[in-house]
Amino acid sequence: MDLNLTEDQETIRAVFAAFFDGETGPTRAREAEPTGFDATAWERLLETGAPGMGVPEADGGGGASLADLAVVAIEAGAQIAPLPLVDHGVAARLLSGLPNRNDSEPTVDEGILAGSTILGLAIRPALNGSARTVPSGAVAHRVVALDGDRLVIDGPLTEVPGAGAGHLANHGCLPLAHRDLSDATVLATGPEAVAAHARAVDEWRTLTAATLVGMAREALALGVGYVQEREQFGRPVGSFQAVQHLLADLPGLIDGAHLLASKAAWAGDRATDGTTGVLDVDANDVTNFPALAAMALVAAGEAATLATDRSLHVHGGYGFSEEYDIQLYYRRARALTYLLDDPARECRRLAGMILEPTC
Amino acid sequence: MDFSLGDRAEAFRSEVQTFLGGHLTADVVERMHATGTFNDKDFNAGLAEAGLLAGAVPGYGDRDPIELYVLFNELEKAGAPYDGLAVTMLVAGVIHAVGTDFHRAEVLERLLTGRYNCCLGYSEPDHGSDLAAIATRAVRDGDEWVIDGQKMWTTMAHEADWVILLTRTNPDAPKHKGLTMFLVPMDHPGIEVRPVPTMATERTNATFYDGVRVGDRWRLGEVDGGWSVMGVALAFERGVMGGTNPAVPLLRHVRQWAAGATSPDGGRMLDDPLLRERLARTAMANQVSQLLTLRAAWIAATGGLPGLEGSMAKLYATERYQQAVGWFQQMAAAEGLLSFGVDGSAAGGWIDYDGRHSPVTTIYGGTTEINRNNVAERHLGLPRSR
Repeated sequence: MDLNLTEDQETIRAVFAAFFDGETGPTRAREAEPTGFDATAWERLLETGAPGMGVPEADGGGGASLADLAVVAIEAGAQIAPLPLVDHGVAARLLSGLPNRNDSEPTVDEGILAGSTILGLAIRPALNGSARTVPSGAVAHRVVALDGDRLVIDGPLTEVPGAGAGHLANHGCLPLAHRDLSDATVLATGPEAVAAHARAVDEWRTLTAATLVGMAREALALGVGYVQEREQFGRPVGSFQAVQHLLADLPGLIDGAHLLASKAAWAGDRATDGTTGVLDVDANDVTNFPALAAMALVAAGEAATLATDRSLHVHGGYGFSEEYDIQLYYRRARALTYLLDDPARECRRLAGMILEPTC
Repeated sequence: MDFSLGDRAEAFRSEVQTFLGGHLTADVVERMHATGTFNDKDFNAGLAEAGLLAGAVPGYGDRDPIELYVLFNELEKAGAPYDGLAVTMLVAGVIHAVGTDFHRAEVLERLLTGRYNCCLGYSEPDHGSDLAAIATRAVRDGDEWVIDGQKMWTTMAHEADWVILLTRTNPDAPKHKGLTMFLVPMDHPGIEVRPVPTMATERTNATFYDGVRVGDRWRLGEVDGGWSVMGVALAFERGVMGGTNPAVPLLRHVRQWAAGATSPDGGRMLDDPLLRERLARTAMANQVSQLLTLRAAWIAATGGLPGLEGSMAKLYATERYQQAVGWFQQMAAAEGLLSFGVDGSAAGGWIDYDGRHSPVTTIYGGTTEINRNNVAERHLGLPRSR
């Protein structure tokens, strides 16, 4: 067992923490509203090679593991970076992993590796040729979706919806859009298509959990910073036990979600190498990737919604005002937590994996 | 990061599981619940003879805390009587860390046989969370100390051969600086043990010390240095020594029961969507509790003292356990109220038992509020609130 990052990951963490701190952050996120996309920051990000870093080296990518990508996602979440990095990265990995591709089908081309062609992933199954509320749908040139048992890719669009009519105004100011799949290209069909999409959505769960962990961590820091400065009754409000105890539950919750997201990423990388993992909840022995990915998203969603809720609350009325940053975290934490599904339904899906199937 | 335990810890785990398969009989479990004493000397001695106990002493021998975690985690998951053993091994760890050669020869070697037990003499009737304010006095008399006072919640005192006793030796010093720890043989004259029954059937005790004379050789650590000995003991207690995975057997018992039980609606209990959601949430919380506990163990294994990380693990695990108990108690309705051995009891009576037991878990070993104070002050850097 080893709970340290590898030396390479420490470097990745430091590089991207500095990048997101310098090129993104609450002020830039506010400026990028309501679309939720910062084109300038994306241009700068392309210089780091991040868009293609999770694609295997054999396909011209950086060969980064899911665990490496989780390290990056945490730092992006901490600075609520308005960049479609997780969606693009997961969709690119999906394309590169497709079995039996032939040359006429779109694959991971130079544009995708470089990030000049932005990919999106419809995380929910498409319905009647339409993918609804696609996470990066307003900024992606191409979206990968599962329509029935067909894995398809739309586009490439010459012009993305951006802030235009196609963008769906939303709670978290995310670049959401519906996408019409009627002219989409089929990439794969049958069980292989379904499995490839499921694997990609599990990677999305894992990296979104990591993003939420970063958001939760920073939201807590904002709350702690505020209660140390704000004085009432002649002393900092952070000296009152009622305020302290609201915040003191959070580090364990956030660290727990962080460990679980890291474990899910570790299991995802092992699954890539062919290890299915164990699923024995009677003994609390779980190393199975899909189960851990579901758990990580639920745990991180809980941590981020509670951390932003309590941090906003200890800001008093200022937390509710647009001027303070905590409201940006509050809305995005909920948007990312509920985008895929109701966490209760996600738990019932998890139950299907860990309990006996229903009669 | 690497979340596999490693070959050595996995091998140790299968040894423990093999032992439990052979020694954790229905008789052992029944006796534990019938007597309310979660300690079984034959079972403990069996562990010692199988070579599994020396590794249970923090810092002792060549086992690391990951293996220590594995041992207590397996005992807890299996529902084995381990409360007495955990306290005894914790004391063994404290002796190993701060004790003398005399303590090692006289006490530690015996504790490793599984036939002897220790108990913890910290809390008093008037001093619980404010532990440093305890009033039990130890007064020096030549080469001896004379101890007078009373301790509460001295669980296992009726089974114990020694008590580690926190006493006040300097009433004039600030409260944290006038304390001294002793290792007192329970057979010394002047010690009285009175049972304190609890609503969970678990027995605890009040102990009385009336002019108890102990030689200075029984002192553990420096004179007036008792608070630092407490620091070592508490770091061993939270997280690593069990107590952070109580919802694992709960989940198992409820799942097994629900698979065979019929709901009032006529369907199978395990098909109830709300129960399925709650079982899944419990399974998730069990993973998080395990990871937070493993982190504490890992910090200890790499040379740190995981005080704060243990607080976080305990806060999370105990509150989730209580939440899960509340859910399952509600959903099992009347059958969930029925006790062990009663016709028709849900999960064989375990829901009634967990409902009785769970309230104490956010109290003992440092209350939720004390742990929140720790996190607020030492992790978040907020001002002292009291």
